[in-house]
Amino acid sequence: MNKRHLTVPAVLLLLAALIAGCASVTKLGTQLGQGAGAITEEQATSINRSAEALEKTFADITPEQEHYIGRAVAATILQTYPAADEPAANEYLNQLGQALAMASDRPQTFGGYHFLLLDSEEVNAFAAPGGLVLVTRGLVRCCASEDALAAVLAHEIGHVQGKHGLRAIKKSRLTSALAILSVEAARNLGDEDLKQLTADFEGSIMDVTQTLVNSGYARGLEKEADEAAVAILGRVGYDPRALVAMLVKMGESVKPGGPGFGRTHPTPQDRIGALDPSLANKPVVADPTARRARFTRAVGDV
Amino acid sequence: MRTMRRGLVLAAILVVGAVAWAAVQQMSVQVRTGQLRATPSHLGKVAAAVAYGDRLTVVQKQGAWYSVKDARGRTGWIHESALTTKRVVLKAGDADVAAGAGGDEIALAGKGFNEQVEGEYKAQNAEADYAWVDRMEAIVVTPEQAVAFLAAGEVAAKGGAQ
Repeated sequence: MNKRHLTVPAVLLLLAALIAGCASVTKLGTQLGQGAGAITEEQATSINRSAEALEKTFADITPEQEHYIGRAVAATILQTYPAADEPAANEYLNQLGQALAMASDRPQTFGGYHFLLLDSEEVNAFAAPGGLVLVTRGLVRCCASEDALAAVLAHEIGHVQGKHGLRAIKKSRLTSALAILSVEAARNLGDEDLKQLTADFEGSIMDVTQTLVNSGYARGLEKEADEAAVAILGRVGYDPRALVAMLVKMGESVKPGGPGFGRTHPTPQDRIGALDPSLANKPVVADPTARRARFTRAVGDV
Repeated sequence: MRTMRRGLVLAAILVVGAVAWAAVQQMSVQVRTGQLRATPSHLGKVAAAVAYGDRLTVVQKQGAWYSVKDARGRTGWIHESALTTKRVVLKAGDADVAAGAGGDEIALAGKGFNEQVEGEYKAQNAEADYAWVDRMEAIVVTPEQAVAFLAAGEVAAKGGAQ
């Protein structure tokens, strides 16, 4: 068999691989192409690099990297929205939040889910990537019951589950950061690489924080988080309609275009309108005395 | 000649298929710490602890839970969100990295956005409140405590915790 005949299937395979956009298959294709002498080693390397560079999206971020992004996003938001040092309220938020996270589609993240009350009157909440959830006093006050507070936390868990925060990171930063890693995977990073990575990291934190604090997610992602909340509430045994009750109460205190959710979320009325209408027909879940009492005890005075 | 060409294409398909099959059979732990449980539930008794990067052999899958066996032969169930089909390599220069197909099958642990990069970020952003991030991460609620919390509030799980 001579080289000329080998090149035809090899190049076809390479083309198919490029169309499929799968780097490992591309690699196989380029190896075959190289072996057949259809392309040089240099060309193979270049094809592999560009195929890898093209593919970098938020989905390529490992849970470990997501963890560090989340820590930095939370630390940055806490500069503007200070933590409320209230152990009873925070313990309650974590027990409730953990029970909900366990019933989500993504119960396990690299560092786990953690919840914190923010000392702010603004109606707001932030889900930093990886599961660090921050909720303001203002938003907790929109909740008349544990079920309503569960709806708020489940919505934020929905954002973590869908990796919505990571989607806010500009593709160019990911391509730059992750390309350094894939090319340099076999050896330790030099100073220049570390500098570039740190710059990419800072940029990523800025992208996510900016989206969480100022611009908000696309409506589709908010709808996704509300749907995740309804699913989680139902699985755990809370009243999914508590989400509606909470949104109604929120509608009374949030001005469209105003600070917090007024700026970053669709109006509560729009969010209710986007929910599955069959929600209204679901049976009412009781709010037993024990649940009501502990809710009042833990967050009644926030 | 035509037979040989066909043979080559078939061989290529087989190689790609074999790679995909191997990936399905072996998975890696992608969270800091994971548990192998006796039953496919967060409340299943913990049979063994597994660490980030551990390679597990898949025995079977049930819903979102994998029944697996670790390198020491210990078996148990673990939720799919704790696993990745990628091979997690703990240090650069590892033979696995050199042998790997260009890094895409490999998640290099500790690389990229890591503690070192966080350190640089902290140095440049002294106002960032990492102290409270560490404090909130220190609040840990176990699955058993979460379930006890629900029971105390008379929250009736309808297939609740997955």
